[in-house]
Amino acid sequence: MTTFTPLSALAGGALIGLSAVLLMLLEGRIAGISGIAGRLLPPWQAGAGQRLAFVLGLIAAPFTVEAVTGARVLQTVSGNLPLMAGAGLLVGLGTALGSGCTSGHGVCGLARLSPRSLVATLTFMAAGFLTVFITRHVIGG
Amino acid sequence: MALAVNLALGLLFGIGLIVAGMSDPAKVLNFLDLAGSFDPSLALVMAAALAVTFIGYRLAFRRARPMLAPRFELPTRRDIDARLVGGAALFGIGWGLSGFCPGPALVSLGLSAPGTLAFVPAMLAGMWAARALTRNR
Repeated sequence: MTTFTPLSALAGGALIGLSAVLLMLLEGRIAGISGIAGRLLPPWQAGAGQRLAFVLGLIAAPFTVEAVTGARVLQTVSGNLPLMAGAGLLVGLGTALGSGCTSGHGVCGLARLSPRSLVATLTFMAAGFLTVFITRHVIGG
Repeated sequence: MALAVNLALGLLFGIGLIVAGMSDPAKVLNFLDLAGSFDPSLALVMAAALAVTFIGYRLAFRRARPMLAPRFELPTRRDIDARLVGGAALFGIGWGLSGFCPGPALVSLGLSAPGTLAFVPAMLAGMWAARALTRNR
């Protein structure tokens, strides 16, 4: 069980949006994490250094939050390693084939009113809802 | 300069994910659990991020070019094909199994949960494989 946290959800979402806007205003690029991460792998293209710097910023975030607040960043990650590896493979394949993830399609693409991003977002949301319904209420129920 | 800007914006994005609670897969899975322990927080995360980006992009696009780059690099495709829908469906299944999408998974890397350390290399392998399979198509 997790509690509904409307204020931190709105504040965190606004920070995500601010980062996406600044990346467009300054660098002219979409803040799509799957695109940024996927292009860190060979064959390398122009801008690999900037993408690596962005990912290092993501990785530094929990340490920064812990240093500023003095509190641990808490999370509950499944310890089922074959399940997590399989899920990671699906997320990697799916975001590369579908040209984006929650950030690239769900935030940046919808903000640009892209029809591809609308279809992708509705599809991955529906697949996510259906997957959790099956794992928690059909198989695990 | 460009490296420092990207580092700072990645940090800002990651802090946003943590403040929002999206770095916790349990919270994401509860958002996806409409029929059970539904936690609507993630809907507000997406709504706030989308509202800020919708308005901010329009302000940014008033400029002829970005402040630090020669041009805006925007996707131009508008066609809906099987690869887009099939890819998004595979991604949604992986998201629903783990509670991780790419951003929160990378943010979680340094917290070193065993599940994260299994997820991230597999995700990168999947991205690499998909790009290798579809190259020159």
